[in-house]
Amino acid sequence: MYDLSCASVTKSFGTFTAVRDVSLDIPSGSFFSILGPSGCGKTTLMRMIAGFETPTSGDIQIKGESVLSLPPNKRNVKMVFQHLALFPMMSVGENIAYGLRCNGEAKAEIGPKVARVLDRVGLPGSEDKRIDQLSGGQKQRIAIARCMVLEPDVLLLDEPLGALDLKLREHMKIELKQLQHQFETTFLYITHDQSEALVMSDNVAVMNAGKFEQIGSPKALYDQPASGFVAGFVGDSNILSGTLGDSRGDEARVDLDGGGHVIGRICDASKPGDKVEVFLRPESLRLGEAGEGTSLSGRVESLLFNGASSRVLIESGGQLIEVADPEQASALEKGASATVGWTPDRARIFTRRSA
Amino acid sequence: MSRPNLSDASRLSLILLFAPFALWIGLLIIMPQLGIGYVSLREKISWNEYSFGLKNYVDFLGEPVYRNTLLRTAWMSILVTVLALLIGFPIAYYIAKIARERSRAALFLMCLIPLWVSDLVRAYGWIVLLRETGVISTTLVRWGIINQPIEMLYNDMTVVIGLVYTVILFMIVPLVSTLQGMDDALLEAGYNLGGSRLTVLRRIIIPYAMPGIVSGCIITFMLTAGSYLTPILLGGKNSSWFTEQIYNQFITRYNWESGSAFGVALLVFTSFVVWAGLRLTGQSLATTVAKD
Repeated sequence: MYDLSCASVTKSFGTFTAVRDVSLDIPSGSFFSILGPSGCGKTTLMRMIAGFETPTSGDIQIKGESVLSLPPNKRNVKMVFQHLALFPMMSVGENIAYGLRCNGEAKAEIGPKVARVLDRVGLPGSEDKRIDQLSGGQKQRIAIARCMVLEPDVLLLDEPLGALDLKLREHMKIELKQLQHQFETTFLYITHDQSEALVMSDNVAVMNAGKFEQIGSPKALYDQPASGFVAGFVGDSNILSGTLGDSRGDEARVDLDGGGHVIGRICDASKPGDKVEVFLRPESLRLGEAGEGTSLSGRVESLLFNGASSRVLIESGGQLIEVADPEQASALEKGASATVGWTPDRARIFTRRSA
Repeated sequence: MSRPNLSDASRLSLILLFAPFALWIGLLIIMPQLGIGYVSLREKISWNEYSFGLKNYVDFLGEPVYRNTLLRTAWMSILVTVLALLIGFPIAYYIAKIARERSRAALFLMCLIPLWVSDLVRAYGWIVLLRETGVISTTLVRWGIINQPIEMLYNDMTVVIGLVYTVILFMIVPLVSTLQGMDDALLEAGYNLGGSRLTVLRRIIIPYAMPGIVSGCIITFMLTAGSYLTPILLGGKNSSWFTEQIYNQFITRYNWESGSAFGVALLVFTSFVVWAGLRLTGQSLATTVAKD
C-alpha cells in the first residue's frame, strides 16, 4: 500500500504543459523528494496533490483512494508552504489549534494536543508567543507542527528551507530528517537544491520540463544517472562535449570539440557520429599519469582551497576541469603542466542535450 | 559650541516641510474648533452683552428634537457605515485578490471616477433618477409595471442609498490596500489545514483586514455624520439630519452660540461612537489604523 500514488498525471495551462504524464508511488513512512530546476513543474505537481489545481488527466490517490473529487480542505495531506504562511494575527498556539478547530476537535482535547506537538518539535511552552517573535528556524518548526498535529497521511514541503541562511539551512536539513523519523509520516519534499534532496531523502525523483527523468535512491541517481540531465543536475560534473567515435562494447572514444579524445562508457542509445557529452565527477579524476585508463593533459589554472572539498582547476583544450584530489593539490603550482586521468567506466557518455 | 552646518540645514528643511502642515492644522482645524468651543460657552444676555456658562448645552439637551436628531443621525450613519462595509468588502476583495493585475488599476480607477464630480452633482444625479417625474418612475409607468408615477425621493431609504454611494469609496480604498498585502499562501494554508470557505473568511481574511476595516469604518462614519448636501437634497426638508440643525442655528436663526454648541455636541458624540465601536470590537487605534 502506498501513501501517495500519482498515475499519469498531466496538467496543461492553455497550450503549455506544466506536468506531463508523471507517475510516482511513495511507500508509507518514507522521505521522498522531487528535485528539479525552477519552472520544471514540481510546484504544480505538489499543488495538484494538495488540491489547489486539478489535473488535466491522470489520477492521484492517497492511501489507495482517489482524491480528485475532494476539495483541498477535505484531503488529509498537509502542506508546509515556501514562505511558511503562518497566520500573523494568531499566536503560536492558535496557529497550531486552527486545524484542530476546523476538524471540530473537542475543546478539552486541543490544548493538550498543541502542547504535545510543540514538545515534539522542541519548542515546549511557546503557545502564547507571537509569530514575529520567532526566529527563522523556530517558524519552520511551528509550520511543521501545525501540519503534524493533524496527523496527515502525507506532509508536503514546498522548498521550505529556501528562505533560511546557509548555516541554518544545513542544520534544518538534519532536523527535518529527524522530525520525519520521529513522526513516521510520509514526507514529500520539493526542492531545486540537490544537496537537500540527496541528504534527506529515501528516494528522489528528478524532474525536468514537466517530466520525471529518473526516480531512485540518492546513491543510484549519483552513481547511475539515467540521462545527461540527471548526470549534470545531481552532484558536480565536468562536462566535455564532443562527437562519438568508434565503440567497443559500451566503451567508446569521444573526439572532443576542443581537440584530443577520451574514452568513456556509453550510458544511453548514442550511436557513433552523434554529438555527445562526457560527464566526469571531480572525485573520480586523478592527477598524474593514468595507469590503464584514459587521460587528458593540460596545466594547472588555479587551486581552490575549501578544506575537505578543495578543488584543482585544470585547463585543457580551452575547457576547465575540476579535480577533487586533495592529496595531490598541495604538490601543485599554478601554471604547472598536469595530466588528468580516470578509468573509462567513470566517464559517462550521453547524447548532447539540445539546450 | 555650534552645531555643524548640515544639522542646521536639515533642521531648516524639516521646519519648512512641516510648516504648511502645522499652518493647516493650526489655522484651519485647531483655531476654528477653539473658536467654536469658545462661542458655544457664551450666553447672550442682551445686545453685545455676554456671560459665560453652559446654558447652550442645557438648552440642547433639554429639547428632544435636537437630541433625537443627533441620535437619528448617528444611527443612520452607523447603518450607512455597515452597508458600505458589507457592499465594499466584496468589491475590495475582488479588486485586491481576484482581479488580474491589469484590470486591477482600471477597476480602482472606476471607483475613483465619481470623486471627480462634486457631491452636489452626484446628488442631483440621484434626483434625476428617483423623483416623481424622474427616469425610473416614468420608465416603470411606460412599461406598465406601475399605474401612476411614484415619488422615490425624500425618504430615509433614499438618503441611506445616496450616502452609501457617496462614501463607499472611502471604505474600499483602505480595504484594498490592506487586502493587497495579504499573501495568497495564507488562504491556501487556511484551506489546506481543513478550513471551509466560511472559516477562512472568518478566521483569516477578516482578522487580516481588520486595520483596513477599522480605518474605513471610522472615515465613513465621520464623513456620513458630518455630511450636509446629500441628506438635504435627497431627504428634503424632513431629512432631520443634524448638520441641518447646525445650519439652521447659524444661518436661519443667526444664533451662533447655540449653533456652536451643536457643532461641539456632534464632534463629541461622533467621537464617542467611534470610541465605543473600537471598544465593542476589541480594537484600538494603535493596533489597527496606526499599524504599518
